[in-house]
Amino acid sequence: MIKTIVSTEMPVDEQFRIRKNVIQHGRDGLRFCVVTGTHGDELEGQMVCYELARIVSGHPEWLNGTLEIYPALNPLGIDTIQRGIPNFDLDMNRIFPGDPQGTMAEQTAHAIIEDIKGADMVIDIHSSNLYLRETPQVRINVQNAAWLVPFAEHLGVDFVWVHDAATVLEATLAHSLNSADTPCLVVEMGVGQRINHKMCRRLVAGILNLMLRMGMWKGTMNADMPHPIVCEGDHVTFLNAETSGVFLTELKCGVNVTKGQTIGQIVDPLRGQVLSMVTSPVDGYLFTIRAYPIVYEGSLMARIYHSEEV
Amino acid sequence: MRVETLFEMTSPYRDSFRIKGYRFGEGAKTLAIVGAMRGDEVQQQYICAQIVKRLALIEQQGGIAKGRSILVIPSCNPFSMNVSRRFWAMDNTDINRMFPGYREGETTQRIAAAVFEALNGFEYGIQLASYYVPGDFIPHVRIIKTGYEDVDTARLFGMRYVTTYQPRPFDTTLLNYNWQLWNTKAFSFYAGKTHQIDLKAGNESVDAILRMMYRTEIITTDPTGAAYESVLIDESTLQHVKAQHAGILLRLTDVGSRVHLGQSLAHIIHPYSGQTLSDIKATTEGTVFFAHNRPVVLQNALLFMIHTA
Repeated sequence: MIKTIVSTEMPVDEQFRIRKNVIQHGRDGLRFCVVTGTHGDELEGQMVCYELARIVSGHPEWLNGTLEIYPALNPLGIDTIQRGIPNFDLDMNRIFPGDPQGTMAEQTAHAIIEDIKGADMVIDIHSSNLYLRETPQVRINVQNAAWLVPFAEHLGVDFVWVHDAATVLEATLAHSLNSADTPCLVVEMGVGQRINHKMCRRLVAGILNLMLRMGMWKGTMNADMPHPIVCEGDHVTFLNAETSGVFLTELKCGVNVTKGQTIGQIVDPLRGQVLSMVTSPVDGYLFTIRAYPIVYEGSLMARIYHSEEV
Repeated sequence: MRVETLFEMTSPYRDSFRIKGYRFGEGAKTLAIVGAMRGDEVQQQYICAQIVKRLALIEQQGGIAKGRSILVIPSCNPFSMNVSRRFWAMDNTDINRMFPGYREGETTQRIAAAVFEALNGFEYGIQLASYYVPGDFIPHVRIIKTGYEDVDTARLFGMRYVTTYQPRPFDTTLLNYNWQLWNTKAFSFYAGKTHQIDLKAGNESVDAILRMMYRTEIITTDPTGAAYESVLIDESTLQHVKAQHAGILLRLTDVGSRVHLGQSLAHIIHPYSGQTLSDIKATTEGTVFFAHNRPVVLQNALLFMIHTA
């Protein structure tokens, strides 16, 4: 059943709507929400939503509970190929839990939180941005690690990153839900403005696996669901560009690298010169790699997980 | 006056990115002023440029107080202004949401770190700011409530209003929030407009900033000019008037106007038929502090904020 959770008039003959698909089966059972499209340039979640809606609608008898799918929390951003909400300065994922008396964006954020709150599990799907490519991973605020990591381990992702708390992140959808005792896992994977089918199918399988573990799904599952690396503490090295230029790399994310290994190089196309070599300072697992090649000093090029403190 | 390059970074395809500072006087780091942080903050940059011009004259005439130094940074983001983008053109990040910055971090974090290093340690800080909601404001001085806010000094600008507000999580990366935490008495100065130059509001802003400098004994030259006895407002007490319908907005009143209960403030008309959909009325008697300034509005959009006293 398609339900509209926000409906507002736009200036010229158009209704702004945020909608969800509610698939319900069984008298009781838990409520599981899959949300995406907060950032209009992140599209991996669209295929995940499609596949979930297709599979679960095709076999409602395997569902015990309610699956709610929200493909587009920022429909105008998706439609205009921009990360944020058109005509609004702030990142939508920095204004939760919203404000019913605030701007349109803040009112919308408030309505979204009120609609999702109380679910037994929420998966908030992101796909990095135009600049970075990410291996499938779950990100969890350290304050919620003990509570959420056991859920994340069933999603079939490669990597679970337990990161530090930051005040600015208190305004994310996930933090707002977690603060309201609604468990929310943030998934990052792929790259902005593109859809990686393989990654999406993996996440769909992972979500169904988690639903199965929670007693909500009876479909057959692949027995060899991968077990993720769980990164807790200060074990991530960031590689930022030392110089401005064009970053060239042969690597994809999701591979192991060794200390001293070349990650890529920053070059000057005008003079045909290498401006700086980018090498790994550690042995570790490369889970982020730059996708957009133009860099300024400081641009993030890679993130590497290493099991030892450095 | 001494001109310094505070930060420089090479660009793959453009001239180097430079942030320049103008220093006046000698001695204790007393006042820092920051202009455009975003590429559309033309009014803010204009005001800063006028302050540089006025301070240069004041300094020539010996009008900078002994033992006090002033730093003015007219722009932290000339690259974005040159290509008509509000935020950092490469990744659309906002330098003013990156403070206190991080020297080893992403590009705009590094810019913020360099700017913050230059600004840190001053007794007073003024940022010519713009707001994230589109609209016109009565020019005013705005302070974040951090526990370190200095309302008494804010009144010395002699602006009509001083406002305070409770920070939200996304405000904790603003320059002024961090400036306050690092013991600078920081003020955001809203000069009415952003992407166009309003000479009247701009020149009044220059006078107000110089007045504050005179009253805090940073300069010895009295800028004269009429000043207000500022009214202090907690922003949470402003009355909000919203659009009941979407459509074309015909505003009937400007910021600064005194309005009475039931007075028509705007009409919203149907974008095709021209029929009046809403007659937006004042919900209270007071002064219009904020007014939406786009010609079309969404349903439930914030149209006016009214100060009721």
